[in-house]
Amino acid sequence: MGSALVVAVVKYGLLGLLWVFILLAVRTIRADLSGRPAAPPPQPKAMRPTSTKAARPAKPVKRKGVPSKLVVTEGALRGTTVTLADAPVTLGRAHDSTLVLTDDYASNRHARLVPTDSGWTLEDLGSTNGTYLGSTKVSRPTPVPLGSVIRIGKTEIELRA
Amino acid sequence: MSALTAPQGPARSRRGTELTLLLFATALAATGYAAVGIGQNGTVPSGTLGYGLGLGTLYVLAHLAVRRCAPYADPLLLPCVALLNGLGIVLVRRLDLASADRARQAGRAVPRADAPLQLIWTTIGVGLFVAVLVVVRDHTRLARYAYTCAAAGLLLLLLPALPGVGATINGARLWIRVGPITVQPSEIAKILLMVFFASFLVSKRDVLSLASRRVAGIDLPRARDLGPVLFAWVASIAVLVREKDLGTSLLFFGIFVVMLYIATERTSWLLIGLALFAGSSFTAYHLFGHVQARVDTWLDPFRYTNNQGYQLVQGLFGMGTGGIFGTGLGEGSPNTVPFAKTDFILAAIGEELGLVGVMAVLVLFALIVERGLRAALTCRDSFGKLLGGGLSFALALQVFVIVGGVTGLIPLTGVTLPWLSYGGSSVVTNYVLIALLMRISDAARRPAPSPVSPSAARASLQDAPTTVVRRG
Repeated sequence: MGSALVVAVVKYGLLGLLWVFILLAVRTIRADLSGRPAAPPPQPKAMRPTSTKAARPAKPVKRKGVPSKLVVTEGALRGTTVTLADAPVTLGRAHDSTLVLTDDYASNRHARLVPTDSGWTLEDLGSTNGTYLGSTKVSRPTPVPLGSVIRIGKTEIELRA
Repeated sequence: MSALTAPQGPARSRRGTELTLLLFATALAATGYAAVGIGQNGTVPSGTLGYGLGLGTLYVLAHLAVRRCAPYADPLLLPCVALLNGLGIVLVRRLDLASADRARQAGRAVPRADAPLQLIWTTIGVGLFVAVLVVVRDHTRLARYAYTCAAAGLLLLLLPALPGVGATINGARLWIRVGPITVQPSEIAKILLMVFFASFLVSKRDVLSLASRRVAGIDLPRARDLGPVLFAWVASIAVLVREKDLGTSLLFFGIFVVMLYIATERTSWLLIGLALFAGSSFTAYHLFGHVQARVDTWLDPFRYTNNQGYQLVQGLFGMGTGGIFGTGLGEGSPNTVPFAKTDFILAAIGEELGLVGVMAVLVLFALIVERGLRAALTCRDSFGKLLGGGLSFALALQVFVIVGGVTGLIPLTGVTLPWLSYGGSSVVTNYVLIALLMRISDAARRPAPSPVSPSAARASLQDAPTTVVRRG
């Protein structure tokens, strides 16, 4: 009978469409996970890095001896890791910092890690309580060797390969 | 909080994907609406186009608000919600038609149709969704109102117990009557209290996780730090006793324990929570008749087929009738289950859309929860992490409690299935919940502001100390 066929088509069609929706949704997640190149945040043209190396999509470099991530080893954020790319990492309590510190002894804009040709450089941004690399206070941009401890207030941070 | 902070995460806003999925969800809901008519009398009901267009307009408006106020928010949350809500309205209408039919056959007056009301509640919900996105531009601001939220939440929670405003419906006293409509204030209280929990735990996290003694491999917190969890426990017990509402008290306690766990990463909180839960369940079973009845019905529903177990048994039969593919919308008789529109809407889905439909609905919920937890993981501030984690978990727990109850996995407690069940308070509140999750995911997925951008440069100039500049 015609109407029975229509009813069956509607019934299975609805269930099929339901799962097509889910498959589309899952595909969206997969596209997110595969880590397509991130669109660069809006920047004034003059400030854009000009070297061809920096213009390539940000991707953690896996080379021996070059830090690929930043690990918080002590303090309220212990266990947090940040993957290092080619962009500078800002540390502080200000909530637009790359790593937002929940530490009473940290300043809003406390310190900054900047990638250079020879590795990462730590720079204090005029914090109230200072930034320490190992046991020395950082007063000028200082290169950070792998595994040495950066201390900000009660937070300790290490760069790891 | 060990989490992978990924400042280089996907920075694409993916709003186009969201719009496409939203339109797809609306089309699916309209197809369902038509399917009800086709299943019942072989014709496409006249309201199909109107329903589809109305729902579509609503979601396009919501989408435009997201585009404007939270451009980097997760693209999946809103479409999944839209599909669940659209399906919910279709099912409520289908049950409306069934009860109207039955009333006509029995020569009684046709009862009020609930689907139009549900559509109105959905409109209010989407309105609030937009309002939350517009007003709450930065979720961390909410932390400032923590204690206000706590006071308002507790007040709302206790309001139904007051004589005069409170109303007892179906044995549970968790409603207040405002003019012609009844509102379930515990739903809104849930979100307000979660904001408070998140803010409270962020400030007290160090004390709760660091000061502890190690006993038999488990870090036990100090006795005085047990205060908050004991308070939550007492409050949820009070709700249980005063308002006879098992579901809500279970939800509150579960949410609080899990948020403690997220904040401190201490398994001991989960163990303490489970111990307290087991103890209070045992006591409640022996003290309260209604708890005992629920447990007995769960253990052997068919023994009570004709009295207290009727609802559960009818629901199980309904799902059994549905089988793998269901009877088709409009072909079954889901209205034989009492409260099919609210607590037992899953039984109606199981009967008419079958196992395939039920699984689809559960996967949709799983997707929403997964996206919420992902937003919490990638969020860069602790308050957002905790609130996001709490909201997502609350949703997951609520779905588990009611789906488990309806399918006979756990004792039945009356909570709604978010967005699907008929009920204004539930729909509206869950839209607020999803708006907050969207706000957090927007903050999480927004590309980290580059330190050389002009605004940041200005700000760092303001923070910078005075320095002596030497001229060459």
